[in-house]
Amino acid sequence: MDLSSISPTLLVASLMVAATPILLAAIGELVVEKSGVLNLGVEGMMIIGAIAGFAAAVGTGSPIIGFICAALGGAALSLVFALLTQFFLSNQVATGLALTLFGLGLSALMGQSYIGIKPPASVKLDLPVISDLPILGPVLFSHDITVYAALALVAGVWWFLKYTRGGLILRAVGESHDAAHALGYKVVKVRIMAIMFGGACAGLGGAALSLVRVPQWTEGMTAGAGWIALAIVVFASWKPARVLLGAYLFGGVAVLQLNLQAAGVSIPVEYLSMSPYLITIIVLVVMSAHRNKAALNAPAALGRAFHASR
Amino acid sequence: MNIKTILASAALAMTAATGALAEKTKVGFVYVGPVGDGGWTYEHEQGRKAVVEAFGDKVETMYVESVPEGPDSERVMTDMALKGADLIFTTSFGYMDPTINVAAKFPNVKFEHATGYKQADNVSVYSARFYEGRAVQGHIAGHMTKSNIIGYIGSFPIPEVIRGINSAYIHAKKVNPDVQFKIVWAYTWFDPTKEADAAKVLIEQGADVVLQHTDSTAPQAAAQAAGNVITFGQASDMAAYGPMPRVSSIIDNWAPYYIARTQAVMDGTWTSTSTWDGIGAGMVGIGEISSAVPADVKASAEALRDSLADGSYHAFTGPLNKQDGSAWLAAGETASDYGDDGLAGMNFYVEGIEGDVPN
Repeated sequence: MDLSSISPTLLVASLMVAATPILLAAIGELVVEKSGVLNLGVEGMMIIGAIAGFAAAVGTGSPIIGFICAALGGAALSLVFALLTQFFLSNQVATGLALTLFGLGLSALMGQSYIGIKPPASVKLDLPVISDLPILGPVLFSHDITVYAALALVAGVWWFLKYTRGGLILRAVGESHDAAHALGYKVVKVRIMAIMFGGACAGLGGAALSLVRVPQWTEGMTAGAGWIALAIVVFASWKPARVLLGAYLFGGVAVLQLNLQAAGVSIPVEYLSMSPYLITIIVLVVMSAHRNKAALNAPAALGRAFHASR
Repeated sequence: MNIKTILASAALAMTAATGALAEKTKVGFVYVGPVGDGGWTYEHEQGRKAVVEAFGDKVETMYVESVPEGPDSERVMTDMALKGADLIFTTSFGYMDPTINVAAKFPNVKFEHATGYKQADNVSVYSARFYEGRAVQGHIAGHMTKSNIIGYIGSFPIPEVIRGINSAYIHAKKVNPDVQFKIVWAYTWFDPTKEADAAKVLIEQGADVVLQHTDSTAPQAAAQAAGNVITFGQASDMAAYGPMPRVSSIIDNWAPYYIARTQAVMDGTWTSTSTWDGIGAGMVGIGEISSAVPADVKASAEALRDSLADGSYHAFTGPLNKQDGSAWLAAGETASDYGDDGLAGMNFYVEGIEGDVPN
């Protein structure tokens, strides 16, 4: 065993990269759930984003266009969900699950001719001097732009929900759609916008996987990342800053597990692999034990269909 | 023409059609990854295409890709057998027991299981001596590493993979006594995300050579992004990543074997056999050693390859000890294929490798 071979600096740097896809997807889902909609199709939207972004980046040679197309692809798929749940008032849980299955299948079909191809390299931050600083350089100043975009998005969502009128309306819709409707807010419109934002974020998360983290396309490459993102939203009790914490925790455990193996530590890796899920279960149990506290955090209208006639 | 004649002629036509079909030999292939993985499954697919090319109309092939190892593969094999396959190749270690199970239900269908060790009257086993290729990789890796740390991405702790690690280590150590191996188990044959993460971690921990026993090109991409790291193509040439990071490769060449076995089924001469061929028989190829490797290293690596091919040198030649220091092979003794401590069931590291083989 040689723990000294694990560099904390590089560990932190690589966990930030590893956590970015789930962080993007989770922050998008947080906004969706804050508006009172439970979209379980994150996995499907992520993988559609992964292939849409990959195909566009390969086709045009520009990763930026790839990311834009990934966001559009994710948003387009989420629009299907929005149509079904907001206009046809279908069950959100069932529709979300169907969206995941549909996304996985569609992406496999779209990706047939993209297996084994190299995408163009994404843009990395490389500031003179600052990126070469010891410790701070690798941790803070030499990542791929998606890492910063994800962090900026978390900060933006936090600011939007907490300090803007739009954020207040979104939360009102999520807490009590009848009251929001009575006040004259367009509940369905707000929710559709939130769903599309969530879809775009999930799509970006998928592209962060296929264009930056791996970078390659393979069928089913999200491998459950969308479900982890859903778990993180609950884990974070619908608070943006805690979403960041949760995503880094999941990313950190994934990277640490490999680091410990390479350093020759002989704890079975299965324990580390399951630890984030264990933590999520424990957090959920603790949260549900304090009923009032949980009730304060979860949007009250989460998962309930809204129709203006009622 | 009345309805009766139409029906009768239709029935006749159908009998004729099935008659024609029955003359075709149907060959099925079960793949563990997608045919576009650029590695292991890709090469099996090349073998299937070679069968089609060699026999043309006389053969009909089918394949199913990305079949999970374990019980689900039984369903795929059963389905192929019910569709009339005469010969089924199951191309991953984890299909071993499912192949035996399904073979017992279809005694008239011939099965060929890759890299396993369980035979039956209608189940042959075949594999390639990849460890001979690993010896060449270890040789190059030992010469090329500057940090003296070589990273190794293992898939599952099964004999085939452990043989590869041992062989690479022995030959790296031979040319560079200071070399150290860091081994990460990915517990998958094909998962680009995990493979990329594993490669990154190894590189972060100082490895400047990354060997992989997983099938995707993701570790190659990770090495390329990192810069001064070399890799080797696994199962397929992966030439797209040359001359750096990919400096050489092990190429599996299944085509001659697949053609020969299909021919045997057509001729009715198929019997259950155990085939284990290496560089000499052409089942294992060493990909072009790239310009990133100095000429003298390239020459000595090619000499090693040739000595393995003509049988004058065995990749496991004593004196060699096991990891715990106990004697395994005496000086000049070569490892036997089967039996106690034989290569087929190898489950221990040789002396010098750190860490334990996971259970």
